[in-house]
Amino acid sequence: MAKVNGKLNDELKSAKTVWRAQFEAGAKRPGAIDRTISDLPLKPLYEPDDLAGLDVERDLGYPGQYPYTRGIHATGYRGKLWTMRQFAGFGTAKQTNARYKFLLATGQTGLSVAFDMPALMGYDSDHPRSLGEVGKCGVAISTLQDMMDLFDGIDLGTITTSMTINCTAPVALAMYIAAAEAQGVPQAKLGGTLQNDILKEYIAQKEWIYPPEPSMRIITDMMAYCSKFVPKWNTISISGYHIREAGSTAAQELAFTLADGFAYVEAGVAAGMQVDDFAPRLSFFFNSHSDFFEEIAKFRAARRIWARHLRERFGAKNPRSWSLRFHAQTAGCSATAQQPKNNIMRVAFQALAAVLGGAQSLHTNSLDEVLALPTEENVQIALRTQQIIAYETGAANVIDPVGGAYYVERLTNELEQAAEGYFRRIDEEFGGVIPAIHAGFFQKEIADASYAYQREIENGERIIVGVNDFVVEEDHQIALLKIGRETELEQNRRVQAFRAARDGEAVERALAAFKRAAESGENLMPHYISCVKNKATLGEISEALVPIFGRYREPAFI
Amino acid sequence: MSRPIRILVAKAGLDGHDRGAKVIARALRDAGFEVIYTGLHQTPEQVVEAAIQEDVDGIGLSVLSGAHMTLFARIKELLRKEKADDILLFGGGTIPQEDVQPLLDAGVAAVFTPGTPIAGIIDFVRREGGKRSEAQSRA
Repeated sequence: MAKVNGKLNDELKSAKTVWRAQFEAGAKRPGAIDRTISDLPLKPLYEPDDLAGLDVERDLGYPGQYPYTRGIHATGYRGKLWTMRQFAGFGTAKQTNARYKFLLATGQTGLSVAFDMPALMGYDSDHPRSLGEVGKCGVAISTLQDMMDLFDGIDLGTITTSMTINCTAPVALAMYIAAAEAQGVPQAKLGGTLQNDILKEYIAQKEWIYPPEPSMRIITDMMAYCSKFVPKWNTISISGYHIREAGSTAAQELAFTLADGFAYVEAGVAAGMQVDDFAPRLSFFFNSHSDFFEEIAKFRAARRIWARHLRERFGAKNPRSWSLRFHAQTAGCSATAQQPKNNIMRVAFQALAAVLGGAQSLHTNSLDEVLALPTEENVQIALRTQQIIAYETGAANVIDPVGGAYYVERLTNELEQAAEGYFRRIDEEFGGVIPAIHAGFFQKEIADASYAYQREIENGERIIVGVNDFVVEEDHQIALLKIGRETELEQNRRVQAFRAARDGEAVERALAAFKRAAESGENLMPHYISCVKNKATLGEISEALVPIFGRYREPAFI
Repeated sequence: MSRPIRILVAKAGLDGHDRGAKVIARALRDAGFEVIYTGLHQTPEQVVEAAIQEDVDGIGLSVLSGAHMTLFARIKELLRKEKADDILLFGGGTIPQEDVQPLLDAGVAAVFTPGTPIAGIIDFVRREGGKRSEAQSRA
């Protein structure tokens, strides 16, 4: 079909009248069948009329071309498959290093570090607030030695590494640079991604140290540093994943994530950079949830919105600034503790949606992740799911295979419009993302959506298989990965030994220079690296700026 | 006439997963209870202090960081120390089945694992939290 003209001929019109009458007369199933999981209204059938106003050339274009609705690569997945990148980390650096070697041997093509809660919040493992949390949600990293052990025997010059870390991201990057240097790999050769998306922390994931304004200054410092010295590094992975996990709708995930992206672009420009100096290194991270077509449409809409805003609003000239690259992860919040093997099927459909939506990399959740960190066996099933999609289903052999489908194109348009509506509200009602955070706007929108969704499950309008229907009596015991108290004790001994063996005066000097730089406005990134090389710990570096920048407190509301 | 049941919904530990806590807080409020939410990243000391200050009948603790064994036990210990052990302690989160019994043995009144219908939690709070609130009303 070369052109959708929105006009039906007489024969088709009468066929439509007949269908409409038959449809209206037919019986309908109960439940939430007339709207997406995100509450977007659905028609029972989509037709050529639904694409009235769609200009194929303007709105879809070709793969690898503006506005990238059909994908960012001219070759789609025919050139290169997505990167299969399983997020992993638990216990001590040594334990996680063994898991990485297992994953690489299983055919994984990139690493992705999960840090534990203390590392994510800026506490050393032996800090009192870390009690009971060490190595539980991810790997415990407090020192440069921990980072070196994490990548022991893995060549940082060839592997790419994604690190899911935010308020302590500059410390993690500094440690990674120092660990690579110890391997003989210069920083200019390093490839990878930091999540480093602090805005969505205030919105959804809620891991922070300093208030938003100084946190944005740290991020622009990192953007400036990396564009000069670590040019292959993706400095921010602007994340909708956690926004969705916190209970947002697909439209909110799309809108809030892209609004955050625009805020980083504005901050970079305000800090004196040219948009094309840093925008090509911004990447995205989305959730791939259960509503199959809505998710595909969301990914396609995201690319089109980003391209249009970067080119038209921010005046970017480099096509790489216009093209939205994204990592996807299947929806952890959709997994059920009941009949956990059903999660394998959920993950497969969600992963297929991400592939049909054109993801650059993908993490598939393991069936047991609703209860604990995944076992090796379950991680392997999750990775095999991606390999089956890639090599057996044929889904990767045609570029944007759902492009042109009346339903998907219509939904893509509707999601774009919903996102534009949110952008206007954020700007007009609040004056930007940070004031909207302070006003609790995003947090309330998400809490409202998640409560509405939960009520639909409670009243049976939405069926979650195995939870509110098709329930069986079962023994919930499945083999789980346990991180014991001995891990915490061992890690604490390691951190204390590291502190005991260092030159205390060198640490003090580096931290003092770091604090002066924070006050003077000098770029902080070289100081993060200097502190790490002089063996200051993650907790010490994070705490050093609290007297200067303050500590963020979220207004608590229901 | 007894006063309304008062519940402190608490998020202890370092993780920021507040979706469940907020859904439960709203559901309990909609069910007619008085609900106070602590906000994130509370220490066990802060949780117990808030519970005593607010004179609540129960603490609903949400933990999704894997630190549930440490945090529930510490809060129970502090409640005993403060002679506030009549405050009902219950909770939920990503808690594996095998950890449920040890938590109950440690004095946690109920553990609601993922997928628990909210109606069941409301019934539990009405029944168990109501005992303390009635006792307080008589006192």
